[in-house]
Amino acid sequence: MINTGAIRAIYGHEMSRFFRTVWQSIASPVLSTVLYFVVFGAAIGGRIQSVEGIPYGAFIVPGLMMLTVLQQSVSNASFGIYFPKFSGTIYEYLVAPAGWIEVSVGFVGAAASKAILISMLILLTSFFFVGAQIAHPVWMLAFLFLTSFAFSLLGFIIGLWAKNFEQLQIVPMMVITPLVFLGGAFYSASMLPPVWETVAKLNPVLYLISGFRWSFFDMADVPVGLSLFAVGLMILVCMGIIRWIFLTGWRLRD
Amino acid sequence: MNAIIDVDRLSKQYVNGPKALDDVSLQIDEGEIVALLGPNGAGKTTLISIICGLVVPSGGTVRVGGHDIRTDWRAARKLIGLVPQEITLEPFETVLNSVRFTRGLYGAPPDDAYLEQVLRSLALWDKKDAATRELSGGMKRRVLIAKALSHQPKILFLDEPTAGVDVALRREMWQVVEQLRRDGVTIILTTHYLEEAEEMADRIGVINHGKLLLMQPKDELMGEFGKKHLTVELQEPLDALPASLAERGLTLSDDRRRLGYDYDTRSERTGIARLLADLAGLGLQVRDVSTKQSSLEEVFMSLVAEPDDEGPDRDDAARPALKEATA
Repeated sequence: MINTGAIRAIYGHEMSRFFRTVWQSIASPVLSTVLYFVVFGAAIGGRIQSVEGIPYGAFIVPGLMMLTVLQQSVSNASFGIYFPKFSGTIYEYLVAPAGWIEVSVGFVGAAASKAILISMLILLTSFFFVGAQIAHPVWMLAFLFLTSFAFSLLGFIIGLWAKNFEQLQIVPMMVITPLVFLGGAFYSASMLPPVWETVAKLNPVLYLISGFRWSFFDMADVPVGLSLFAVGLMILVCMGIIRWIFLTGWRLRD
Repeated sequence: MNAIIDVDRLSKQYVNGPKALDDVSLQIDEGEIVALLGPNGAGKTTLISIICGLVVPSGGTVRVGGHDIRTDWRAARKLIGLVPQEITLEPFETVLNSVRFTRGLYGAPPDDAYLEQVLRSLALWDKKDAATRELSGGMKRRVLIAKALSHQPKILFLDEPTAGVDVALRREMWQVVEQLRRDGVTIILTTHYLEEAEEMADRIGVINHGKLLLMQPKDELMGEFGKKHLTVELQEPLDALPASLAERGLTLSDDRRRLGYDYDTRSERTGIARLLADLAGLGLQVRDVSTKQSSLEEVFMSLVAEPDDEGPDRDDAARPALKEATA
């Protein structure tokens, strides 16, 4: 039987850490997003014509939200589980009657919540700069939830894998950010030459951004069903890896 | 008494490492305090780490409260609290929140009244709102105990609870353990300090090279090894040992100048006063008197000593116990 008390304890513990440093947790991503709006939306965006009928400033809102969600999900979840490993308090989680489901749901749920909270703040901020519309608000929330959950799971795996702070930062820095930038955060894949459009479609993040953009503007680079399939597949694969790590004790138990 | 912990033929072989545990079997009864002694790397921490779920065993079984730690691990772990050797606390968390968190991890419903009782018993209530980084080393160690007790476990593992702490704090810890004993908590502690084992434990186990060399009630062990030897040096050598002294178990040395007498330190009457009176009655003049006790330390040393370390005058008295334990 699932130990729901453990999930609540881990989730509450992680969220209280977030709220202890709420201003620095929120200020940094919101400030950098404001800069994106100022540079890409106002300064450069004014010189770029609309993308498929959508003003450029509004077009980049889903991409910027996705960029934040992905970065925040990965960094929150990876740091969340790595810190107890680093400080030695990981033993508490391992001796408690809590399995991989409780521990991962607690950490991943908290990391996803923080990412969603910050991305919603960015959405609110965007209203000050561009008049973004949301065509399918329920699907927008669904994509936001699923994507933050999927990338928090990935971050959780990175935190379990990492042996030092360098490893903890290298994946978000060297993999996630390039994938988001190349995944159409600031452009539509259809704007690329055919060869590069095909290459771009090998990037899994493109499917997430495309689906998310569809929920805003009812237009997408790839079919929405494919976007949902991509995020669902990523969740399943990540959960499988986490389950394997906990059952074998890899990098957790001797 | 029912065995609350049943370890059967437990072994642990680390990958590319030594065999940390080798076919260890032991039972621990409910309410007992068991001290596990052994030098560094003997396998003490590995043993308790396996029981608590931190280390995966290579072979054997462990049942806690009748629950197998591998197949019924949730039920088994609910019964256990662990105080680790290292002080590991989240530095920015307050004492009370830290203890609440641990209780939550075990799925126990919030109970601040109980947590207050625990913190008061450990003299931590005044510090409940302090961040753990602000506490002294002794207080941090007590916070770890409070966390381990937060979900009202039946079994508490204390891994080197007094390692590196001063004498006053060590005494303080012993008092805490004594209180837990009165509350009926089963305690298993590992220690380097023989004095600690003598002070607190009901039973003592000695581990070395991953093998459990000995597991005996402390009183029995101390009775077996806690004897004292009295040596009486005489002014003049004796021709022969007087019959009255021989009857009382005294021995005469080869140089016929020293009388030897073994007695139990815990007996109400050691017989020393009467012995000295008898010597005076026989007209024997005493030059000097000395005593020597075979302590737990000697027992321990003789059990864990490497073959090369054994000196010519090493006390082999511990060997029968060793044979008994390994039989």
